[in-house]
Amino acid sequence: MKVFRIIGRSIRDSFKSVFRNFSLSMASVICTTITLVLVAIAIVLTVNVNHITKTMEEELTIVVYAKKGTKEDQVNELEKKIKEIKGIKEVVYKSKEEWKLEMKEYSDTLEVTLDYLDNNPLLDSFIVKVNDVEDLSPIAKQIKKFDGVESANYGEGMVEDIIGVFNVIKTATLVVVVALVLVTAFLISNTIKLTIFSRRNEIEIMRLVGSSNISIKLPFIIEGFLLGIVGSLIPIILTVYGYIIAYEKLGGKVSFGVIEFVKPMPFILYTALILVAIGSIVGMIGSSRAVRKYLKI
Amino acid sequence: MRFIQIKNCYKVYKNGVTAIADLTLNVDKGEFVFVIGASGCGKSTLIKMLYREEKPTKGEVLIGGISVGKLRNRTVYKLRRKLGIVFQDFKLLPKLTVYENVAFALECIGMKSKDIRPKVLKALEHVGLKDKTRSFPSELSGGEQQRVCIARAIVNEPKLLICDEPTGNLDPKTSKEIMTVLDTINKDLGTTIVMATHDSEIVNRMKKRVIVLDNGVLVEDHMKGSFKISESV
Repeated sequence: MKVFRIIGRSIRDSFKSVFRNFSLSMASVICTTITLVLVAIAIVLTVNVNHITKTMEEELTIVVYAKKGTKEDQVNELEKKIKEIKGIKEVVYKSKEEWKLEMKEYSDTLEVTLDYLDNNPLLDSFIVKVNDVEDLSPIAKQIKKFDGVESANYGEGMVEDIIGVFNVIKTATLVVVVALVLVTAFLISNTIKLTIFSRRNEIEIMRLVGSSNISIKLPFIIEGFLLGIVGSLIPIILTVYGYIIAYEKLGGKVSFGVIEFVKPMPFILYTALILVAIGSIVGMIGSSRAVRKYLKI
Repeated sequence: MRFIQIKNCYKVYKNGVTAIADLTLNVDKGEFVFVIGASGCGKSTLIKMLYREEKPTKGEVLIGGISVGKLRNRTVYKLRRKLGIVFQDFKLLPKLTVYENVAFALECIGMKSKDIRPKVLKALEHVGLKDKTRSFPSELSGGEQQRVCIARAIVNEPKLLICDEPTGNLDPKTSKEIMTVLDTINKDLGTTIVMATHDSEIVNRMKKRVIVLDNGVLVEDHMKGSFKISESV
């Protein structure tokens, strides 16, 4: 079959070209390697920041205290009313007795003090979780207006600050990833342009003796693919091993377990796949674009 | 139908230069035609239009029924497979041997390796280079390199051979040899040859049809052997 002969020759020619223009090929590969390492770092950062944001957001709650002396049926009614609010994920009732036990465990001084008092000075409460952190503030305000509510707190100010910072980090890393991918595409395209430039006579003759455009392009597209794959090897090894080692060293956690990293498996394998995909696709597109200029003869 | 038909053809370049103006020309199968004229008369443009490096601005160029101007960039190969082109600067690939350079033309169009070999050897025999198959272009003389270029042009058995000043870089003796090769191809294979040149001695000696261009206009069209030019052209 003619098609298979052309494909076979293209593969042979692309390997030949990689080795004949070895220094240029190395330049392409090194460029790809450097940019893909940066892309890998950006991906790892983005995913981890997203993960941390999510886990922290899940920890954010509204603590609602019922007024002193509220009867049990009033408390139940309050719980019902809170549950009816849109965007509520979970409402957990925590009685004053539970609070008392918890506080007693927390410190000896508190235990002594609380035992000294005849009646429990603490308040019944609800721990309210919401679906979307953005709703924390409006929901807390709404709950405050209900009858029998002493207070509804969610760490005003601090929560807004944390969410703001996380949003900035999210968009910043996303912008960096996109920018790096574009830069990689440009660099690969440019270096392949150089290898093609040194072979423009060959392309010209191919055109003049009647090669179809696709059979001229194919060896270069395969070459771009190969360079992209080779260029993504080192970044993949670095990210896979680097991340696994870093994760083990830190035990997956930093500072009291508040910040928790994404588990290496299968996350790091997906990252590796993304890197190969970026390297090879960008290599193919880059070389295909670079040849096009020489197909006008 | 005539083999090459050029009807009221104009070529105006982007910079406003009119290279060909109202050219009408017919060439039959098996003819040997010289295109002559001073530098800048439109010879090269005419030649380039025949293999569609340039498209006519107006009018039509038909080769074996294919309208050259209407070919899209991606389908040009259909025309080029039917013709062979010989260049003044040979355009050989320096890293390939003589054999490989000629075989390259057939590999490019996806021919089987075992079909390629006899064709290449036959083409090299036609130009008298059968014993130099393993040499590289840099090891050959100018005349020999031009013969490789001719072999590459005829290896696909084209109906039309287009030669753009094939002897422009060669001394008179070598030029004579090249012309003998071309004449043999014309006679033995029946290949139509259109050759641009400014070598008056060759034109006078060969006694073929001669087309004279001046400022893009066809001024004279002499049938076989009726033309003699002075050294000044």
